[in-house]
Amino acid sequence: MVKEIERAGFPVVHICTVTPISMTVGANRIVPAIAIPHPLGNPGLEKADEKKLRRKLVETALHALTTEVEDQTIFEVK
Amino acid sequence: MTKFRVVHYINQFFGQIGGEEKADVPPEKRQGPVGPGLALSAAFKDEAEIVATIICGDSYFNENMDSATETIIKMVKEEKPDLFIAGPAFNAGRYGVAAGAIASAVKEQLNIPSFTGMYEENPGADMYKQNVYIIQTGNSAAKMRKAIPPMAALALKLLKGEPIGSAAQEGYIPTGVRKNLFEEKRGSARAVDMLLKKLAGEPFETEYPMPTFDRVAPQPAVKDLAHANIALVTSGGIVPKGNPDHIESSSASHYGEYSIAEFDDLTAADHETAHGGYDPVYANEDPDRVLPVDVLRDMEKEGIIGKLNEFFYTTVGNGTAVANAKKFAEEIAQKLKMQNVDAVILTST
Repeated sequence: MVKEIERAGFPVVHICTVTPISMTVGANRIVPAIAIPHPLGNPGLEKADEKKLRRKLVETALHALTTEVEDQTIFEVK
Repeated sequence: MTKFRVVHYINQFFGQIGGEEKADVPPEKRQGPVGPGLALSAAFKDEAEIVATIICGDSYFNENMDSATETIIKMVKEEKPDLFIAGPAFNAGRYGVAAGAIASAVKEQLNIPSFTGMYEENPGADMYKQNVYIIQTGNSAAKMRKAIPPMAALALKLLKGEPIGSAAQEGYIPTGVRKNLFEEKRGSARAVDMLLKKLAGEPFETEYPMPTFDRVAPQPAVKDLAHANIALVTSGGIVPKGNPDHIESSSASHYGEYSIAEFDDLTAADHETAHGGYDPVYANEDPDRVLPVDVLRDMEKEGIIGKLNEFFYTTVGNGTAVANAKKFAEEIAQKLKMQNVDAVILTST
């Protein structure tokens, strides 16, 4: 899906946990997520801290979308 | 005659530990065959036996690939096996990746023959087909009975050091390895035969299929985020509560388009996941964990992004055929164009 949407003309960032799969399917901008059943969350954290974590992931995703890439690139969350 | 020793790797489901709620169990070893290992053992007749079975949760393996591999390698080594088999994983994505990864690691690190089995669209197939033999299976566990004979046959050949035939003969996914052999007719004659068939509109088989490199070049970056319209798309199955369009929990036949104009935050009261194949508890508790509407709404208000697109698009990535996913995405892309979307965040579970 990532590839077909990108082919249609949109920059796409793929947030997913198993990044090797994302590389195989051909995503160009990839952000590693937390875990398979909760990619953008961590049920072990307090609600407010969990939202902060999610915000970081989304900020990294937006950073990826505003960064020019020539090849498949993984953007680690800082 | 002593029997060959085989160690078998399976996931928590085939290991009869449990379904998705047990997908995070760490590796454990049991003596003898378990689940599909019983059928494999039977097919080995008296020539080989499964001395131990290693069971690991699919999420655990994929989230801890390095440490899980290390633990499992140790467990395998203790058994001093002659062969290692993983799966078959059919079209289960995380299981396929785990089976391919561990079969490859055993072959490389312990230097014993090792292989797995799965459906050709399993992401693990593309990732590991150059490292190990992957017997091609059907797309679900219902095809177990058909998967066992070619796996058992390959196992015995590897154990006895017999020559392994071509991908088509043995039933594995082509590894990309080429072997020299002598044909009766020389190349020029074969080429002319093929050309004549082609001219006559008859079917012919190429001797060298061109590899397909289906890559899409990256699109240019978003220049002005503060005025950009960002859309959310997910394969994690987030839908309005009650799943109004009945998106299937696996092998989805369609996708959904839903407005989030009235939502600042997704909650258990209004949204849930339709996805099978991962433990839905966390996504149902707080759907923002898969589709981050809360955070993007905040960023929209703060002026960091121009806007969060009114509609999001969703389907279930569990066992969904590649051809279907491709079709969904083409249609979604057309809709995104009409809504003047600038960029897409796609989340997967």
